[in-house]
Amino acid sequence: MFGKAQNILATMTLLALASLMVGCGETAPELKLETAKAKTEHCVEPDDVMRRNHMDFIKHQRDETVHNGIRTSKYSFKACINCHIPAEKDGKPVNYLTDDHKLNPEHFCATCHAYVGVQLDCFECHSDNPAGAAPADANHGGTAHE
Amino acid sequence: MSKNNIDAYRRKFLVGTGVAAAAVTVAPGLLLRQAQAKPADEAVTDKVRWGMLIDIDNLPNGGQGVVDACKKEHGWGNETHSNDKQKTHWVRTVKVTEKLTKHSFQLPVMCQHCETAPCADVCPTGASFKRADGIVLVDKHICIGCRYCMMACPYKARSLVHEAIYDQKPDSPRGKGTVESCTMCVHRVDEGKQPACVESSGGAIVFGDLNDENSEISKVLKEKGGKQIRADLGLNTGVRYQGI
Ligand code: SF4
Repeated sequence: MFGKAQNILATMTLLALASLMVGCGETAPELKLETAKAKTEHCVEPDDVMRRNHMDFIKHQRDETVHNGIRTSKYSFKACINCHIPAEKDGKPVNYLTDDHKLNPEHFCATCHAYVGVQLDCFECHSDNPAGAAPADANHGGTAHE
Repeated sequence: MSKNNIDAYRRKFLVGTGVAAAAVTVAPGLLLRQAQAKPADEAVTDKVRWGMLIDIDNLPNGGQGVVDACKKEHGWGNETHSNDKQKTHWVRTVKVTEKLTKHSFQLPVMCQHCETAPCADVCPTGASFKRADGIVLVDKHICIGCRYCMMACPYKARSLVHEAIYDQKPDSPRGKGTVESCTMCVHRVDEGKQPACVESSGGAIVFGDLNDENSEISKVLKEKGGKQIRADLGLNTGVRYQGI
């Protein structure tokens, strides 16, 4: 009697573990770091500092900008996008989501966030590319980059 | 937030003492201020209070041009899944007819940038706030979408974004579940430019510093006056009208 219950328990534990591991067999999302690497030496901080602290920099700057109107370009979210995301690729803006709403490995922010599995909330409100306009009335360069 | 408030308080205090000291040493006539771009690293102060004066008699198309210019600048109103009541509006035209005389006119209505803003008063998170220079904004990073501010606003100036938004303008972040309204084109103002609606109005809207008696807006207001909508509420709005 007792042994049977233990068996059932063991099976259930195994099943639970197996269900947790579903998806682990998939290969990690592809990392495309060409744009990032090309920009490293021009970035506002060394890349190891940026990797660890970019979220704190932009969070601090966001309060300064929204509440106090401070619009310096160091740590400015818009400046990050303007530098790291190309205005377009193959005639189309580079969006952080692909057409089937997966993180787009071609998008500088999305490529790492997909790799490490960290949610990327910024672009639910912010423009994810320098143009910020639909392809039809894209205003590449010009005023959008100011 | 609380840190921001403390900073604002300290700045107010410092600015207050600074102005008092300046007034002692500089003749009053020399206290001229010009509406120009502030340095990017300088915080806004309450020395300035931005305002707009809208002359509806000279506004082409009953203000429809204002609505179009605003849409183009900020990209609102592009929702595809929201119904008409849910769709966002930062500025809308309102037609008013007097019952007895049947005299009617149309005016554009947006956030009136109240000095004592009811939205900021009721907001439970501090997301609705008035910047030191009088511009009323929503900090969408901390807005929880409760819509209390929409209920409190007497001008129906705010709307909630009901659906996921893509292809935003870089200077106008907009997203699902947050409330939005006219920002007086704060991104342009900080660069020393005029709001988009003012630029589109062919001179029918004057934008400027209400605290500076030598600014164009103050001069016109002094000479010809300008009405507030729902002046009875005593909100001391930053947006004033002529011809209503
Ligand atoms: S909807 Fe957002 S801005 Fe409005 S009261 Fe609620 S938290 Fe504040």
